[in-house]
Amino acid sequence: MIEAVRRTVVNDMTIQVATVNGSGSQSANNILLKSFFRMGIPVGGKNLFPSNIQGLPTWYTIRVNHRGYVGRKAQLDFLVAMNPNTAKEDYHQVVPGGVIICDSEWTIDPADRRDDVAWYPVPFAQLCKDNVENAKLRRLLTNMIYVGVVAELLGIDNEILDAALRDQFASKAKVVESNRKMIELGKDFVRKNLAKKDPFRVEKMNANGNKILIDGNSASALGCVFGGCTVVAWYPITPSSSLPESVIDFLNQHRKDEATGKNRFAVVQAEDEIAALGMVIGAGWAGARAMTSTSGPGISLMSEFVGLGYFAEIPAVIFDVQRVGPSTGLPTRTAQGDVLKVVTLSHGDTKHVALFPGSVQECFEMGWRAFDLADRLQTPVFVLTDLDLGMNNWMADPFEYPDKPLDRGKVLDADAIKRLGKFERYRDVDGDAVGWRTLPGTRHPAAAYFTRGSGHNEKALYTERGDDYVHLMDRLARKHQTAAQLVPAPVESSDSGAQIGVIAYGSTDSPMAECRDQLREKGIRSSYLRIRAFPFTRAVRAFIEKFERIYVIEQNRDGQMLALLRIEYPELATRLRSVRHYDGLPIDARFMSDHVIEQEHSSKKELIHG
Amino acid sequence: MAEVGTVNRLGFNRQEYTGSPSTLCNGCGHDSITNHIITALYEIGADPYTFAKMSGIGCSSKTPAYFLSKSHGFNAVHGRMPSVSTGAKLANHELTMLAVSGDGDTASIGIGQFCHLIRRNVRMIYVIENNGVYGLTKGQFSATADTGSKQKDGTINELETIDCCELAITLGCTFVARSFSGDKKQMVPLLKAAMSHDGTALLDVISPCVTFNDHEGSSKSYAHVRETDTPLHEIGYVPSYEETVADYAEGSETDIRFPDGSTIRLKKLDHDYNPKNKVEAVAMLEESRKKGILTTGLIFVDTARKDFNATLHMVDTPLIRLSDAELRPSRETLSRIVESYR
Ligand SMILES: Cc1ncc(C[n+]2csc(CCOP(=O)(O)OP(=O)(O)O)c2C)c(N)n1
Ligand code: SF4
Ligand SMILES: [Mg+2]
Repeated sequence: MIEAVRRTVVNDMTIQVATVNGSGSQSANNILLKSFFRMGIPVGGKNLFPSNIQGLPTWYTIRVNHRGYVGRKAQLDFLVAMNPNTAKEDYHQVVPGGVIICDSEWTIDPADRRDDVAWYPVPFAQLCKDNVENAKLRRLLTNMIYVGVVAELLGIDNEILDAALRDQFASKAKVVESNRKMIELGKDFVRKNLAKKDPFRVEKMNANGNKILIDGNSASALGCVFGGCTVVAWYPITPSSSLPESVIDFLNQHRKDEATGKNRFAVVQAEDEIAALGMVIGAGWAGARAMTSTSGPGISLMSEFVGLGYFAEIPAVIFDVQRVGPSTGLPTRTAQGDVLKVVTLSHGDTKHVALFPGSVQECFEMGWRAFDLADRLQTPVFVLTDLDLGMNNWMADPFEYPDKPLDRGKVLDADAIKRLGKFERYRDVDGDAVGWRTLPGTRHPAAAYFTRGSGHNEKALYTERGDDYVHLMDRLARKHQTAAQLVPAPVESSDSGAQIGVIAYGSTDSPMAECRDQLREKGIRSSYLRIRAFPFTRAVRAFIEKFERIYVIEQNRDGQMLALLRIEYPELATRLRSVRHYDGLPIDARFMSDHVIEQEHSSKKELIHG
Repeated sequence: MAEVGTVNRLGFNRQEYTGSPSTLCNGCGHDSITNHIITALYEIGADPYTFAKMSGIGCSSKTPAYFLSKSHGFNAVHGRMPSVSTGAKLANHELTMLAVSGDGDTASIGIGQFCHLIRRNVRMIYVIENNGVYGLTKGQFSATADTGSKQKDGTINELETIDCCELAITLGCTFVARSFSGDKKQMVPLLKAAMSHDGTALLDVISPCVTFNDHEGSSKSYAHVRETDTPLHEIGYVPSYEETVADYAEGSETDIRFPDGSTIRLKKLDHDYNPKNKVEAVAMLEESRKKGILTTGLIFVDTARKDFNATLHMVDTPLIRLSDAELRPSRETLSRIVESYR
């Protein structure tokens, strides 16, 4: 029997499932996530997992929010405690008025017995023992009981839930049946034994239009496929691996010669990240579109080859799905800590092109555009995402088909050389600081040139002359200016009454709308600029010039984007302030707004007290 | 040198296969190898427009600039030429990959990539110009320095040597040869055969460094190499466009046919040697090491194994020549994919 509740909270809650790694809870969590999504409620799911295959604690958080705030929220409303080892701590994460679901057989320390939350003890283990014969399956199926419990308590639509279940175990009728039975057990238990004591409910709404739900790595992978990438070389590393693995899946589905079944692509699992990038550089040099994907440790290893790509001017696309460093760091936690490293990677003077997708749509779009940019600019192009964006599921508008054909950049074939009468690899004939190149195998006596990472002149001949070197380095600097005309411009969301500016990039975008609303509630109005690429475009400077105080919000310790902005715009440096989040969890709106407010207050005090 | 006016089957004279003048020390073994490469290319009638010259960093790795000026070349970073070559070959399998490396470039900094290249059996000719030292950084021992060999300043190498041929055989290399830069008669047919081979063809060529490793006590000096060089057989190469004639006494010669129709003919010297037997090959190399002799010739060959492009089930069209329509799936395909994420 369900008791009437005084207050109801509809479509606004953060649910956390605390489980153990390797226990198969991912399917259960996906079913819940999909169900909310298909009920038309904005939703975001985040997996917090350890660097371990089996046995260590993991948490899955689902944020349901009718206003569309789906970034991380630190406060938990609804806990499903399935891991006795973390339960003690988990119980205390829940906000007063929240919910705790746990196994009724657990003994709970009186100190942890919170009386300000609704407890729902469920005999998970017992229900499983009584209903599942196969001991091996028990653990997996226990998860489905909590799906049923949560669905019943919150009022998830039955049909939608069942469809999500069927999709999860696509076509495996037997599996669907056994899982469905467990969901029913959970629901039935709630109906017969629990009185609803909490205010949380979900109701169908229509906020999701024709959106899709996808992780950033799959989106980036699709970008690579639609960008015409043919050579993939990679070395496994969390949180990058699922990106090349998805590329491989998509290529196998969509890039085979139908007649012969043969591959119109090559994938190599390289011996390390050095070799992975070496293969990409070799393929790019020969004229193919090639990519690799890695995370911080791999980026460090790629350093020397990136310098070669920059100096010898060879296209390459490198995805960096960032995780917490330095060194092995926190391999399964998120960060934006590679920004400064990546844009100047390698020894000597280098400046690289980097794209910062802020959503899964942009993972797709910048994914394919990166190949055009690399070919057009003849240089390595980085796409920087992070664990949060890459490995978690996000809502997105359907991806738009590329709006232009592949841009293969400046390549001369034998006929073109015949027409032109000569060819000099590194001469800036068009004034954009990008020379024309030929591909090995071009059948013309003037086509060949020697590619080297040592000093070279416009004819690609070896030189150690100072003037040749300066000439080359200055042209590369000009090429960086050309890049600024081609990379995606920043996105501005302005408020005519804004007192401050806010700058962010990448996944820090997700809680930004919520953060700015929180600031507004405190009387602080802001305009927001989301940087999408390095080199910065003119709009970045223009934005900074508009405000006395601009907060650069990012997920690393040292304020790397802040530093980069200060390097690029030294005369504007004092306007820039910094909010930095770096505990490995995705940044949340409250953290951002609290820090901005605090700094705003202290600057007021400074004004008053001189 | 071919006489002026003499041309090969493509109508090119020898000059067409040369490159810019060498900047190496006078007498450097590497320059002789460059010459043998030019001779082999010229004699075989190689098409310069199909070649990609690959190398790492070192005196040896500079040499691709000294031959085949009509072919693209790539001086990669130290020790990483194999990966760059792999990528280029995957992108365009029509390229004939001709790579030159040093013993430092291959057996020290690059040994990882060397091993993995062989494991993949990427089709390419891989010449190690092996002088037992790092020439370009002024004579430090490399990992192929023989145990007991003396450096210029008197230091003795007490470490084990890495035998690139033996290593390659155990890794599954399908064409393994050893030679000496001063032995044109042996090297030229070996190079030609390497070009016919469908897989990684390794030539470990002892190539004395006159400046840092040509003294008394060095096992890679000209004098010592000449003294200990023990050929396994006499080698002849018959290209696919010439007929092979069986004109030898039973048992004195072995023919090995390559998939492109060419043949390498091994003429027996003092004793029998079967280059198709892995175990025998390794035993022979171990024996040579024990005796302190340099055994040269075609050490091992296996013409049956698939090369990397075939292993990856790639289409016949080089990837770089696929059309945009073949590369970018259709609008409908994107809609279908997107739909599956609803
Ligand atoms: C990463 C890196 N480390 C060190 C060097 C310096 N270096 C240049 S060539 C070389 C050794 C070359 O030896 P080898 O490959 O045997 O060629 P050789 O000069 O003997 O022909 C070294 C250590 C370098 N170029 N790059
Ligand atoms: S230093 Fe040695 S290896 Fe280098 S060019 Fe001179 S002789 Fe040759
Ligand atoms: Mg050497």
